[in-house]
Amino acid sequence: MHEAGLMEEALRAAEQAAREAGAERIHRLRLRIGRLSGVEPEALRLAFEALRPGTIAEHAHLDLEIAPVLCRCRRCHVEFAPEDFVFLCPRCGIPSAEVLRGLELELLAVEAS
Amino acid sequence: MTSPQETSPPLKVLHLGKDLLASNRQHAAANRARFQAAGVLVVNLLSAPGSGKTALLERTLSDLADRWPVAVITGDLQTDNDARRLAGRGAVIVPIATGTLCHLEASMIGRACEELDLTRLQLLFIENVGNLVCPASYDLGETRRIVLLSTTEGEDKPLKYPLAFKSADAVVITKTDLAEPAGFRREEARANVTAVAPQADIIELSARTGQGMQEFYLWLEAALVSRSAAAVHR
Repeated sequence: MHEAGLMEEALRAAEQAAREAGAERIHRLRLRIGRLSGVEPEALRLAFEALRPGTIAEHAHLDLEIAPVLCRCRRCHVEFAPEDFVFLCPRCGIPSAEVLRGLELELLAVEAS
Repeated sequence: MTSPQETSPPLKVLHLGKDLLASNRQHAAANRARFQAAGVLVVNLLSAPGSGKTALLERTLSDLADRWPVAVITGDLQTDNDARRLAGRGAVIVPIATGTLCHLEASMIGRACEELDLTRLQLLFIENVGNLVCPASYDLGETRRIVLLSTTEGEDKPLKYPLAFKSADAVVITKTDLAEPAGFRREEARANVTAVAPQADIIELSARTGQGMQEFYLWLEAALVSRSAAAVHR
């Protein structure tokens, strides 16, 4: 369960950005979580609930955008979205190791005033 | 619940696009540069608790410490038991107690390296916290990553913990001496590793009987030879 540390980092970054913009309250945080990031959205929400009291994001909404996985076949170089965690190329049928997207763990935006 | 409309200042939308692992990535890059400058091969060992990371290291240190200057950084939640098991085998051991943290982070490795003379080392093992989930997300700046899978754990581990296996340079199947009593289906396990982690070499061994250990050492030796060429690994 490393989601608490990541949420702490998100809240710290959000608060800093809000204050730098002259805002005093955060209304919404938007995060993008890749399906391969190793992060459980529910654990992230739990961490948010636990950490937000006493911060300027105390009453904020948390939007989690789940980013799908995109791979590239190491043989034919076709890009494809795998259905599960075995990344089989739909054209060649061989498993692929190259991941183009799906590892993201980003604080996309903050709404503040 | 306060709605934005009730507050007088206008609502600002701040687009940040901030990578939440950025700080760890920076520390990992710094570690990697340091390891390369010192010419040391750094191997990060990941597995579930009880897969045999410490046993593999015990055997490896006993066999290799005369040949290669080696050190181990051990990450453990509460105890330094692993560090004590590894002591007295000719290697410098630096324990890190992570407390409640379920993984090692790059900054912790950077601090632990202060206790080591990297330029005198050839090989540095990092024994991560026993956990197949969280450590997978944290680059420590290592040269190679090994994921262990023991024959008593079940053949479907790679399917259950794909992220860890996908990040592996090699998968070491441990406790092969227990394969038969455990009813371990070897081919199925290997097929699952290859399906999830086609990039990974597979090594089968038993640290207890020594079976397969030579293959493991040859793999390390090959990595040692190519370590300077392994620049932008991940």
